[in-house]
This record gives sequence, C-alpha cells and structure tokens, in this order.
Amino acid sequence: MTVALFVPCYIDQFYPQVAIATLELLEKFGVKVVYPPDQTCCGQPMANSGFEHLTHSCNELFIKNFAGFDYIVCPSGSCTLHIKDHLHHEKEEEKAGQIRKRVYELTEFLTDVLKVEALDARFPHKVGVHQSCHGQRGLQLSQMSELVAEPFSKPGHLLKMVEGLELIELNRVDECCGFGGTFCVAEEAVSVKMGKDRVKDHVEHGAEYITGGDMSCLMHLEGILRRQNSKVQVKHIAEILNSKQ
Amino acid sequence: MNNGDKDHAALAQQFNRDEPRVNWHDETLWWVRAKRDKAAHTIPGWEHLRETASRIKNNVLSNMYGYLQQFEENARKNGVIVHWAADAGEHNEIVCGILQKHGINKMVKSKSMLTEECHLNDYLQQNGIEVIDTDLGERIVQLAKEPPSHIVLPCIHKKKEEIGELFHEHLGTPEGNADPQFLTHAARLHLREKFLTRRAALTGVNFAIAETGEFVVCTNEGNADMGAHLADVHIACMGFEKLLPQRKHLGVFLRLLARSATGQPITTYSSHFKKPRKGQEMHIVLVDNGRSVQLGREDFRNSLKCIRCGACMNTCPVYRRSGGHSYHTAVAGPIGSILAPNLDMRKYADLPFASTLCGSCSNVCPVKIDIHDQLYKWRQVLMKEGYGPAAKKLAMKGMTFTLSNPGVYRFAGKTGRWVMGKMPFIVNNKLNPWYKQREMPEPPAQSFNEWYKKNRKAD
Repeated sequence: MTVALFVPCYIDQFYPQVAIATLELLEKFGVKVVYPPDQTCCGQPMANSGFEHLTHSCNELFIKNFAGFDYIVCPSGSCTLHIKDHLHHEKEEEKAGQIRKRVYELTEFLTDVLKVEALDARFPHKVGVHQSCHGQRGLQLSQMSELVAEPFSKPGHLLKMVEGLELIELNRVDECCGFGGTFCVAEEAVSVKMGKDRVKDHVEHGAEYITGGDMSCLMHLEGILRRQNSKVQVKHIAEILNSKQ
Repeated sequence: MNNGDKDHAALAQQFNRDEPRVNWHDETLWWVRAKRDKAAHTIPGWEHLRETASRIKNNVLSNMYGYLQQFEENARKNGVIVHWAADAGEHNEIVCGILQKHGINKMVKSKSMLTEECHLNDYLQQNGIEVIDTDLGERIVQLAKEPPSHIVLPCIHKKKEEIGELFHEHLGTPEGNADPQFLTHAARLHLREKFLTRRAALTGVNFAIAETGEFVVCTNEGNADMGAHLADVHIACMGFEKLLPQRKHLGVFLRLLARSATGQPITTYSSHFKKPRKGQEMHIVLVDNGRSVQLGREDFRNSLKCIRCGACMNTCPVYRRSGGHSYHTAVAGPIGSILAPNLDMRKYADLPFASTLCGSCSNVCPVKIDIHDQLYKWRQVLMKEGYGPAAKKLAMKGMTFTLSNPGVYRFAGKTGRWVMGKMPFIVNNKLNPWYKQREMPEPPAQSFNEWYKKNRKAD
C-alpha cells in the first residue's frame, strides 16, 4: 500500500512537527509513505472566500501531485473535505474523481482503512478534544450533537488507546471554535469571541492540552491561549498518537 | 433602526463591545438549543420525521403552481377573499386598500415575519393607519422602535430591566419594576384594550392547506385568535411557500415546529381558520416577493422549505455572538443569510460570509435545508458576479498565483517566516486583525518540506 502524504500549507510552514508526526505514525503501521514535494495548498482559502472559480490552476497542481496513489492521507479534516467536495478539473476529471475517493483524513484512515486497535503511545495528561466542524460534520468523524443518533468518535477511539491520557468532558461537545478560514480576520470580533468561549470550556474542565484533527482551529485557539498567558497548550492529534512521553 | 451602511462584521463588532452581554445572549439562546435537543430526543423517529417533512416540502416546491391554484379555489369556496401580491409593494397596497375600504385606521397584528419583510408597519403608518403588534415580544420591540432580532423570539436581545424601562415609559408601570410576571400582566391589560377596540386584525400563516383552503396559525399567547375573533376584518398574509398539500401533513409539521423552535411539544395554540364567521370578512394575501425567482435557482430553491422555526439561529455560534440586528434583514441568522441575497445581492452580499460553515444549522433544520452548503454556494455566486470588494479579488488572485507555483510558494513561505522571526513588528501590529486579540504562530526554523529534504531525501 502506497500512501501519499498531503500536508496542508499552514502545517508545512508553521507546524512541521505535525507533518513529521503524521509521517512517523503511518510508517509505524508499515505503510509506505510518499511525500510529493511540489504540493502547496488545496485551494480552500480561495474557495471558501467565494473564489472557487480562481482555483483552477491550484486544482491542476494538486492532481499532478496526487494522482495514482492508493490513498492520500492528510492531517486535516478541513483540507480533506475540501478536496472530497470540490476538486474538479475539466481535462483531468477522471483523476480528480479518483483523488476525491481516495483522500482520507488521518484519524479516519487509521480507524477505517488500517483498522488500528492498539497504539504504542503514551501521553499522561488531561486532554480536551476540539471537534473541528469540517472533520466532524463534513467527514462525520464523530457523531453530531444535533442529531438523534448513536454516538461514536473516530478520534476518541484512537485517543483512548493512548496510555495515561485522560479525556475531559466539555459543556458543549461540538461547538465551532470560530476559526472559519478567512472568517477569522474578516469577522475578527465574533471569531475571537467564539475562540475565547471554546478555550474557556476546556480550561474550566481542567484541560492541560487541547487536541484536534485540524491545526488551523488549534492555531486560532493557541493564539488566544498565548495572549492570555495560559499554560494550556494545543497539540495536533497526530503528535499525541505518536507520543512516547 | 438605521444601521447605515455597516455590514455584518462591523455590526457584530459593535455588539461585541459589551462582552458580558454577549455571554448572556449566547447562553440564553444555547439554552433554547439545549431544550430543542431534549425535545428531539424524547420522541421516537425524530430523524425520520425530519426526512418526511423535507420530502413533503420538496413535493410542494415541485408542484407549486397546482397547489396554489387548488388552495385559491378552495379558499374562495370557503368564502375567503384571495389576493395575489407580486412583491412587497403590492402586498402593502392590498392590505392598506382593504383597511381603507372599511374606513379603518387602527389594526391589531399578530406575528408575521412576512409583514416585517415587506415593511408593512411603516407603509401603513405613512398612510395614517396605526398598527399594534400583539405578540408580546413584537410589542416590546415596537415600543423600542426596533425590528425583531429573532423570528421566534423577537426581543431576545432585551433584558428584563430594559423591558421594565420601556413599559414605564410607554405603559406607565412603576419605575424600576422588572418583574416578568408583573410586566406581562401590564402588557395583557394594555393589549386587551386594543383587541376590544380594533375592527381589523392581521395574522401571519404557518401552514396553508391546498386540499381544504384552510390555514393554521401557531402562537403561544393566543393573540392571533384574540385579534381575529374580535375583528370584523381578518387579513392573513402568507409567503406562497407556506403551502402543504393535505391536512394530514400537518401532523408531521406541528410535531416538528415547536420542538425545533423552543423545545415545546407543540405551540399553546395551533388555530385552524377555514371560513369567515357570520358578518366577518376574511382575506388571504398570497405573496411572491422574490420567491418565484428563488424557486428558479436550482442551488437555492430548497431554502423555500423553511417553516420559520428559528432553530438554525439558536444553534448558530455566530448568531448567538453577533445578535439578530447584525444581519440587517427581517429574517436573521443562517436561513436569513441564504434568503436575503435573493432579494438584493448588493445589499446582502456580506451575509453568506457571516458564518464559519460549521454546518450545525443544517443538522437542526426540521426540513433538512442544506443551509451551510447554500451559504458556500451564495459566496461563489456573489463573488463571481462582482459583489465583492476589489481588494479582496486582487488578494485572492495573488494567493492563487502563489499557491499554483510551488517555487513561488516555498519562497514566499520562507520569506514570510524569516520576516516573522526577525521583524515581528511587521506582522504584530494593529493593521493585522489576527494580532488584535491573538498571538501569531511562532515561525519554525524550517518548513516540513525543508525538513523532509534534509532527513528523508536519502531514503
């Protein structure tokens, strides 16, 4: 099985340790991982801003980088969802369609494809899980609180295998953090207020770390935590699943 | 209320100046959302009920022409006078004309978001007709000279102390009294006099039945009934999408409406109106006002399934923290943001962006409107048709260029990180909206791409 590692642009530039953890984690399970070095971005920032019609060349580049692999794995629910829903190209539609089917967010790849039932990981801390909306409601990585349906959680399933890790409860299990792509600057006041409220829920319940599948949400929460001089830190779920503390 | 030319972001920022108030607003509406969850979990087959409602409404949207004709024919047979209004202006003229014909210059009105959409109160006032809103929340915002901030809970943005002050000023209650029971009683006495002396009553319509020509009005206060039963003239105004094919379908919708709206099993009053009582005149005004245009928009037509329960507002993390007035339109929140651009793309181009696309709205919607997908689609339409700022378009073009060229992307990333590391003041300043209340991420020494080249290239 050959897997292409799809690294979101902001992880590449600001959080390389998340991509390293993802790579190491996949390799631990015996997966052959290829990193196409000319990748940039999935095009979501433009598309969510209403400029999907400008993403043509971005899509072309993405297809060039990621066509032909068995699977494409990405440590971000949001970028994965964008590719799944919006990757199209009039000349390469067949390849685009294949990519849309083969792209997986990291935790769903671990639970659904690799069917991971045990992890060699240790993280002895109190951890709060931030359910990023695109992963949760878009990719349905966990059950959604609005629906009358059986609960489940793919990231939760994996975190429970980590030695010493204690998951904390939250008042609002799946409220949005307010990052929202360009929303975080275009609607700065509401975005920050949403982030502050999310942070408060975690802090009040004794979280030492806030984790999640999307570093973009965590970057936003980290910005707020650091401005508050809080000791609480953010960590991408890949880092925790790959942790040997 | 005049918001000038301020967009959602600016009005939301204004709302956020008082953080304790934002907390209160958020928690109040979250409480309503939690009540809705509880109600949904207590009846079997909730998701099945939503699916059924969605399918019935899809059927209505696909057969609108036939159902409208059937409804009109049956309503006429029942002795109701049916009017058709192409837009808000025609609607207002029709209502005004009916009142003038009867020499009526004072009217009571129960809740109708359609008349808010059409700005009926202002129009009638300009024509010398006084309108008293009889829904308590609507009466409160009317006294405050504000529009409703929520379609189900019109004065949810007001604290009881502020209502006490308003009642002191307008209804003569003692200064400083903010006891809800006392104030409600004062409103009751005040409204009772209006009900008894007004000869005309206007109501909204929650559901209209094509099969029978009847309509149903849902209230918790009984004010629609009080008005309609005491008045010589009853005018019921409805957007044409309120239709249901048959009476039996009400069972699905009445079970969903109040549970979604407030978590109640059913509204206190679900009143069926079929024909005028002896000596009474009953009118129905069927209003288009952009609905047939929306029906023709493939991506947005199913927004017309909406039954105005307000669940999407209560769950929306943005609405809860920006308030209904920040949407500067009659129907606020997520549903308002997909309805309003249909009426005026320029004026409401900001609304589809007043969302993080979290998707909670679509999950609570009792008729399964894909609200957040439509928000995304409206963004595409609005920007493609040129309703975005020129600077944004330029920035997006620049971004596309960078992200389409790996070399340029790597160079820009490296330069950006270097600048952030060596000259943080270039990004850490008040021109950067991120930095205003958040720290920037700390730039690492190398990107993943650089790390990979150093550490794995030899593999």
